[in-house]
Amino acid sequence: MSEASAVVQLSSVTKRFEQQEVLREFSLSIHDGEFFTILGPSGCGKTTILRLIAGFEHADSGQVIIDGTDVSTLGAEKRSVNTVFQSYALFPHLTVFENVAFGLRMARVARTEIESRVKEVLEMVQLGDFAQRRPEQLSGGQRQRVAIARAVVNRPKVLLLDESLSALDYQLRLKMQSELKHLQRQLGITFVYVTHDQEEALSMSDRILVMHQGQPQQVGTPRQIYESPRNLFVASFIGETNVLNAKILRALDDYRYEAELEGRYQRIIHADRRYQPGDDVHVLLRPEDLRIEYLRDAGDKPGFVGEVKDRNYTGRTLDSIIELPDGLQLRSSEFFDEDDPDFDYSINERVWVDWVHGWEHVIPAENLNR
Amino acid sequence: MKFTPTFRQLAIWLSLSWLAVFVLVPHLLVLVTSFLTADPSNLAVWPLSLDAYARLWDPVYAGVLIDSLYLSLMATLCCLLVGYPFAFVLSRFSPGVRAVCLFLMIIPFWTNSLIRTYALKMLMGNKGLFNDTLLALGIIDAPIRMIYTEFAVIFGLTYILLPFMVLPLMASFDRLDRSLLEAARDLGANAWQRFWRIIVPLTMPGIIAGCLIVFLPAMGMFYVADLLGGARNLLLGNLIKNQFLVVRDWPFGSAASVALIVLMAVLLWAYFQANRRVSRRGGLEDENLT
Repeated sequence: MSEASAVVQLSSVTKRFEQQEVLREFSLSIHDGEFFTILGPSGCGKTTILRLIAGFEHADSGQVIIDGTDVSTLGAEKRSVNTVFQSYALFPHLTVFENVAFGLRMARVARTEIESRVKEVLEMVQLGDFAQRRPEQLSGGQRQRVAIARAVVNRPKVLLLDESLSALDYQLRLKMQSELKHLQRQLGITFVYVTHDQEEALSMSDRILVMHQGQPQQVGTPRQIYESPRNLFVASFIGETNVLNAKILRALDDYRYEAELEGRYQRIIHADRRYQPGDDVHVLLRPEDLRIEYLRDAGDKPGFVGEVKDRNYTGRTLDSIIELPDGLQLRSSEFFDEDDPDFDYSINERVWVDWVHGWEHVIPAENLNR
Repeated sequence: MKFTPTFRQLAIWLSLSWLAVFVLVPHLLVLVTSFLTADPSNLAVWPLSLDAYARLWDPVYAGVLIDSLYLSLMATLCCLLVGYPFAFVLSRFSPGVRAVCLFLMIIPFWTNSLIRTYALKMLMGNKGLFNDTLLALGIIDAPIRMIYTEFAVIFGLTYILLPFMVLPLMASFDRLDRSLLEAARDLGANAWQRFWRIIVPLTMPGIIAGCLIVFLPAMGMFYVADLLGGARNLLLGNLIKNQFLVVRDWPFGSAASVALIVLMAVLLWAYFQANRRVSRRGGLEDENLT
């Protein structure tokens, strides 16, 4: 990670709330101009990180650096970052125009410039005609846009968004996701977005930080996070995953190993790092990595044979749960094939299952109680 | 139709008759009396006359009205200056601490306010606790004259009416969304700007309500002015009391009462009118939205 292009840097930040350590020796570097998402379940410390950057909280130790300046001791009112709050926090006694103009007035920007900048940014979020409305007269999506306009009009170095879409309904959320992404490209401002919604994170971000219990789990592009999760938490938090326990038997070459899966199936697995014979690993299979065939079609190809325990038609995919003889359940998700309209299984039907070789992801074993 | 009254009906009738007997009828009596003719031996006699109302315009009484408005306004201002920070700090405490503080503030209410005013009189005397303490601490060399001054009346009114200011303010502060203050801070507002641009406008309903329910009763609290203010610092309440008990001019006392009630009613009406205009404007624009 190049330090030169970092617009926000947290180094060895520790934060306690009444003896409870929320972050410990936490470091983070956010690049200039990127859409950076902090993803994790509630209570993982993601909002604390955002509030530390905003200046609402101060670290017990460590530094917060914004645009090359140590701002660790500066309050929120003195930092060149702005926040879009989860509840929007629009001022109910002020019009849309005055809400958006608030930051500029505080900065004592000239009256005429305020006028033109507020108008410009309201046009940008398509609220040009709503300048004289009050917040309570706007819909949820419109309020959301005012909150964004109120922040970006100040031309901050970094825009912080705290679960800003979670209050909207599903359709509007999808729309706002693409608008946000578009806005971020248009403005070239660094966005730091906090969410617990993995789909949102994957679809909007340039990079994602996955947090769990105050610990960073993995930083990477959405693709890296989804396809090469570094541990079981990341794998299971981002999308669905089948986890198979395996033991390495012998190496075939640098990245291919013969392994014993679940103590009974000898298969060849592909890994992205070296393992020694005897190492315990997890083989992670996404539901869409699995292929199912009727027993009569599969012949005696290597693979698993199991019973269909559940099937669920979602419109785009057919999701099934296949139970192997030892009780292990695999989740699969297959896209419909227009050429094969009959493709369906009945409950309790015995089928052949295998994964598309090379699509599996192998990580070192973690102690887990299954 | 059932003739067995439910508890609900009983409660409604009970409170209605209570109001009728103890509020409506006395007020009607006052209203009627104000139109009668004064008579020293029989208090008030026929025929009807507007004499009492005509005398209200006497400059002497205008002077009392202005003094009275001044004392009440000062007391309201003091209540606001003390009550606002008090309510603000209280609203930041945890619910438990807050309940205890409110309880402590309300306890004196269980003692009759007349008795508390007598207590204040003792405390503020030339040899009262206040002067003794200041003398003992060496802050003053001779007792300060506190009792029977304008200051004493304002102090007494403030002391007695403070809770009426604090309670509506508390309600306003409770409704104040903390994230708005963070948002203002995020947008560069310092503490002073957050106070004047966010906190004050958003607690304005509480400020107005508190001022009204302090200001209106303050004008009638004759015993505070009697006990603490001596003869010179009169409230409208004193004027009225004197007409009934000393001068025995009931029609004029009644006319002054009616005038005070009308004044209060006008102020309340203006307050509700302003409130309604604000919400009606919102409502109209809402209709335009659809």
